[in-house]
Amino acid sequence: MTPDPVAITRAEVAHVAKLARLGLTADEIDRLTGELAGILIHARDMGELDFTGVEPTTHPLPLVNVVRPDEVEPTLDRDEVLTAAPEVEDNRFRVPRILEAP
Amino acid sequence: MNTETKWVPVIGLEVHCELSTATKLFCACPNTFGSEPNTNVCPVCLGLPGSLPVLNARAVEFALRLAEALNFDVPARSVFARKNYFYPDMPKDYQITQFELPILQDGTIDVDGVSIEIERAHLEEDTGKSTHIGGAGRIHDAEYSLIDYNRAGVPLLEIVSRPDIRSAEQARGYASELRAVLLAIGISDVKMEEGSMRVDANISLRASESDEFGVKVEIKNMNSLRSLGRAITHEIERQAAALDAGETIVQETRHWDESENRTSGMRSKEGSSDYRYFPEPDLVPVAPTAEQRNAVRNSLPELPAHRRDRLVEEWGVSLSDARILVDAPGLADYAEAAVAALNQGSARDVVNMCTGDLLAYTNETGRIPDEVPLTPTGLAELADLVGDGTLSRSLAQEVFADCVESRKNPRAVVEERGLAQVSDTGELATIIDAVLAAHSDAIAQYHAGDDKERKKKRGFLMGEAMKASKGKGNPQLLNQLLDERLT
Amino acid sequence: MDRAYEIAASVRSGERSAREVIDGYLDNVAARNDELNALLLVGADAARASADAIDAVVAQGKDPGPLAGVPVVLKDNLCQRGVPTTCGSRILEGWKPPYTATVVEAVIAAGGIALGKANLDEFAMGSSTENSAFGPTRNPHDPSRVPGGSSGGSAAAVAAEFAPLALGSDTGGSIRQPAALCGVVGVKPTYGRVSRYGLVAFASSLDQIGPFATSVSDAALLLDAISGHDRRDSTSIADQLIPVAPSLNEGVAGLRVGVIEELTNGEGVAPEVSAAVSAAAAALEAAGAIIEMVSLPSTQFGLSAYYMIAPAEASSNLARYDGVRYGLRVDGDDLSTMNERTRDAGFGAEVKRRIMLGTYALSAGYYDAYYGRAQRVRTLITRDFDRVYENCDVLLSPTSPTTAFKLGDRTADPMAMYQSDVCTIPTNLAGHPAMSLPWGKGADGMPVGVQVLAPALGEPTMFRAARVIEDAAP
Ligand SMILES: [Mg+2]
Ligand SMILES: [Zn+2]
Repeated sequence: MTPDPVAITRAEVAHVAKLARLGLTADEIDRLTGELAGILIHARDMGELDFTGVEPTTHPLPLVNVVRPDEVEPTLDRDEVLTAAPEVEDNRFRVPRILEAP
Repeated sequence: MNTETKWVPVIGLEVHCELSTATKLFCACPNTFGSEPNTNVCPVCLGLPGSLPVLNARAVEFALRLAEALNFDVPARSVFARKNYFYPDMPKDYQITQFELPILQDGTIDVDGVSIEIERAHLEEDTGKSTHIGGAGRIHDAEYSLIDYNRAGVPLLEIVSRPDIRSAEQARGYASELRAVLLAIGISDVKMEEGSMRVDANISLRASESDEFGVKVEIKNMNSLRSLGRAITHEIERQAAALDAGETIVQETRHWDESENRTSGMRSKEGSSDYRYFPEPDLVPVAPTAEQRNAVRNSLPELPAHRRDRLVEEWGVSLSDARILVDAPGLADYAEAAVAALNQGSARDVVNMCTGDLLAYTNETGRIPDEVPLTPTGLAELADLVGDGTLSRSLAQEVFADCVESRKNPRAVVEERGLAQVSDTGELATIIDAVLAAHSDAIAQYHAGDDKERKKKRGFLMGEAMKASKGKGNPQLLNQLLDERLT
Repeated sequence: MDRAYEIAASVRSGERSAREVIDGYLDNVAARNDELNALLLVGADAARASADAIDAVVAQGKDPGPLAGVPVVLKDNLCQRGVPTTCGSRILEGWKPPYTATVVEAVIAAGGIALGKANLDEFAMGSSTENSAFGPTRNPHDPSRVPGGSSGGSAAAVAAEFAPLALGSDTGGSIRQPAALCGVVGVKPTYGRVSRYGLVAFASSLDQIGPFATSVSDAALLLDAISGHDRRDSTSIADQLIPVAPSLNEGVAGLRVGVIEELTNGEGVAPEVSAAVSAAAAALEAAGAIIEMVSLPSTQFGLSAYYMIAPAEASSNLARYDGVRYGLRVDGDDLSTMNERTRDAGFGAEVKRRIMLGTYALSAGYYDAYYGRAQRVRTLITRDFDRVYENCDVLLSPTSPTTAFKLGDRTADPMAMYQSDVCTIPTNLAGHPAMSLPWGKGADGMPVGVQVLAPALGEPTMFRAARVIEDAAP
C-alpha cells in the first residue's frame, strides 16, 4: 500500500495553482494551503483500510462497447457558435500569443 | 575510433495517423480535410458544457484491422483516459486518449528483412488547427493565433515503436512500410504533406562499447519521408558532435526546419510532465469480441510485402518496380487490372507504362490511377499494340500521351494518326533501295572504310531509311534488308 | 396545493387551461422570488407561449402528454437552446447553449412547460446554495436559513409553489439534502437511468439528474417522463426500464427494510432526525414490512472518498472554462495569463478550492494515495451495499444529519459544510437510487427528511415504500 504523503506544502499549492491555471494571489495560496491540508488529513482515514484484492471502481455501471455507427449528422450553425466567442477573426477563435509548446 | 563507429543511434518512432472514417472519433461531425473553418463542429467536438462523447464503431474496427496486419495483441479491455493540459486547440483542455490500457499491444513489422517491434497503438482524438498571425507564422513570435476546430476530435491511431531502429535509412524504411500497410488495409490516406500521417522521432546515442542509453531528444515536424531521413541524420550528427566535444545532451523536443535543414529547440512547457491521467468517466471500456475479430480477419486485404513478392513472382518485375506499384495509392490495382486484360502484350510493358508515363501523369495532375482517362483495359490494348509489333515502344509513349489528352482508346489514335508500324517487306525494300540510290557516295565510303567507318556509314543509312519510313518502319526488318544490300 | 398529476389530468381533459395554470404559478413567483432568489431566470413569455400551444393541442382533440401544462423549473446547469445557462457562475454569465439537454427535451415532449432556471451552488458544488455567484437562495420555511444545496433553488421553488415540479442534479446529495431541508420530495435515480446529455458536468461518474415534487406520486410522474436510454450518453442504461408509477400503491407487505445503523445513530445526527427515521421504519412495519438494523461499516469512509473523486473529476471537467470559446474572458497579453485571469475572476472560492484539491489528488506522486484509494473505497462501499441487499429490499436512513442551518453558519469551515452530505454520498458512490421525503418538523420548526435507498434500478420498490411513509408522515 502507498505510504501517506507528507502534508501539502505551500510550494505544492503554488505549483498546483499553475497546473490548474487559477492565477491565485499569495493570500489565496496561504489560505488554501491550510484548507487543503485539513481535507487531506481527513482523507488519510482511507489509509486504515485493507485494499488487498480490491479493484478500483472507475464507473458505477459494468457497461462495455457502447458505440455509435460511423454516420454523419448535422453540425452546428457557425454563426451561432462564433457569437458565443469572446474574440473572433476570419471565422476563427482568436487567442493572445501562445508562449508555451503543447 | 571515428564518430560513426563510436556511437550507436537508438531510434524510436511515434506515428500519428488520422483514420479515414466518415465521422469524428466521439461525435457525428464529418471527418473531412479542407472545409471552411469551424463548420464541422458540434457541442461534443467543441467541448461545450454538458456535451458527452460516444465512440465511433468504425475507429475500433480500423484498429482491429491493424492488429491483424501487424500481429498485435488485442487486450480483453482497453480504457480511454483523460490527458489533462491547457492548450487552446484542445476544446476541453484535456485530450481523450488511451494510457494504461491501449487497444493494441506488442506488434511487429518487417522492414527489409529486419523485424521491428511495435510497443503499442492506441486511439485518441486529434486537436484543432492554430494559425499564428505575425512573426512569420512562428508560434512564439506571433502576435496572436486563430483557431479552427474542424480537426478537433478527428480519430488518430498513435503507433509507438520500440527503440529498435538503428539508422535514418531504417527509420525511413519503417515509416514507409507502415504507410504502405495503413494504405493497403484502407484505414488512413497517410498523406504526410497534409498531416494525415505525422512521424515524430526519439533519438539518443549509446556508446558502442556500453549498453546504457543516452539522453533522448524528440524531433517533430518532418512532413515527408525524405525530411524524416534528413532530420534524423542531422540529429545523429549533432548529438555525436556534442558528445565528442564532451558536452551533455539535454532532454528536449526539437523542431525540424526543412528550409534551414536543421533542428531547433522548442520552449518547454511548465509542468508538462504532469498530465494527471485518469480513466475517462464519460466512456466505457472497449472489449473487442471474437466475432468482431473474425469479421476483420476474414475481410483483410493482401498486405504490401506479400503483394510485392507476388508481383515479382508472377510478372518477373524487379522488387523496386513492385514497390513503386504497391506504394502509390491504387497503382498496383490498376496494373493488375491491365495485365488481366492483356492479349499479345507483356506484363513487363504494362508495368513500365504504369511506373513510367502513368505515374508521371498522376503525380503532375494529382489524380489517382482510377481517374486517369485511359482505363486499365485501354492500357492493356496499348501494351498489345506493342506486343503484336504494331507500335514501337517510343510510338507507344506518344499514343499514351494522346490517349490521356483526347480520351480516345489506343487503336483509334493509331488509326487516325496512321501510326501503325510498317512490316511489309516489299514496301520497306522500295524505301531502302531509294535511300541507297540517293547515297551512292556513302556506300562507296562504306566499302572503302575500316570497321569504325563502316559502322558510321551503316548507322547513317539506317537513319535515312527510318526517316524515309516516317519512323514507322519495323526496325528489325529494315536492318535485315540493309545488311542484305550492303554485302 | 395542486398536484402535478391533477393539473395534467385537468389540462388534458380541457377542464382547465394550461394558460391559467402557468399564470397562477407566475403570480407566486412574482410574489416571492425577490425574497427567496430561487429562480435566476423566469421565462414568463416563453412559458405563456408554450402554455397556449398546449391549449391549442387540447383544442384539436389531441393529447399533449402526461405532463400536459405542468410548469417545471430547471436547475440552471441544464442546457436549453437559446436560454442563458450560468451554473451559478460568473464564468458562464450570458452563455446561451446552442443545444438542448435530453431531459429538457423529454419534459417538453411530455407536455411540460419550462418555467425558469433555478439557482444553485456554483457548478453544483455546495450544500447550501450560498456558493452561487448570483446570491444565496433562502429557505421558504425560514428565509434566515439555507435551502440546502446544491439544488437549493429547485427545492425552494417547489416548496414555495413556484412550480409543482423541478429538476435538479445530485452528485453527493444535491437533490436529496435540499429536498429534506425544504420539506419536499427529491429523487436521485440509479446512475444511467436518466441521460446526463446537456447537464453541465461536475463529477461525471457521480452526477445524476432527478425530480423534485410535493408528493411521491408527482415525483414518480416526472421520473418516468425523463427516464430511458439516450444514444448521446455512453453511460445511459440500454435495458428496458420498469416505470415506477404503475406499482406506486402496491404497499410494503413482506418488504424487507434495513435501517442503516452508522448513518441513523452516527455522531452528528440530531436526535429528532434519528427519531424521524425510527418513526418512518415503524410506519413501514405497521404496513407489513419486516424491519432490521443493518451495518455498512465502509460508508464512514464515503466522505473521504467522495472529496477526492468528485474534485478530481471536476478539476478536469472545469478546465474548458478558459476564455477561448464561450463565456467570460479577462484579457492578458499572452494565452496563459488570459486563462489565469479569466479563471481567477470567473470562479468562486469553493470551485477554486475543489479544482485545487482535485488537481492535487490526480497529480504525479499522489494519485495512488488519494484518487487510487478513493476508487477502492468506492468498491468496498458497493460490496457493503451488495451484502445488505441480499437480505433487504430497501434501506432507510436520514437524508441530512440536521435540519436547515442559518445562512453563514458553515461557510467558514469547509469540512463542517461537507459533513452535510455524509448520509447521501454512499449511494452516489455505488450508483444506486435513493430519495428523500418529509417526516414532520424539528424543534426549530424546520422540515426533517428521511431517506429511502434501493439497489440499482430498484426505483419501483423504493417508491412503494416512500408512498407508505408519505401517508403515515405527520
Ligand atoms: Mg498521443
Ligand atoms: Zn462534432
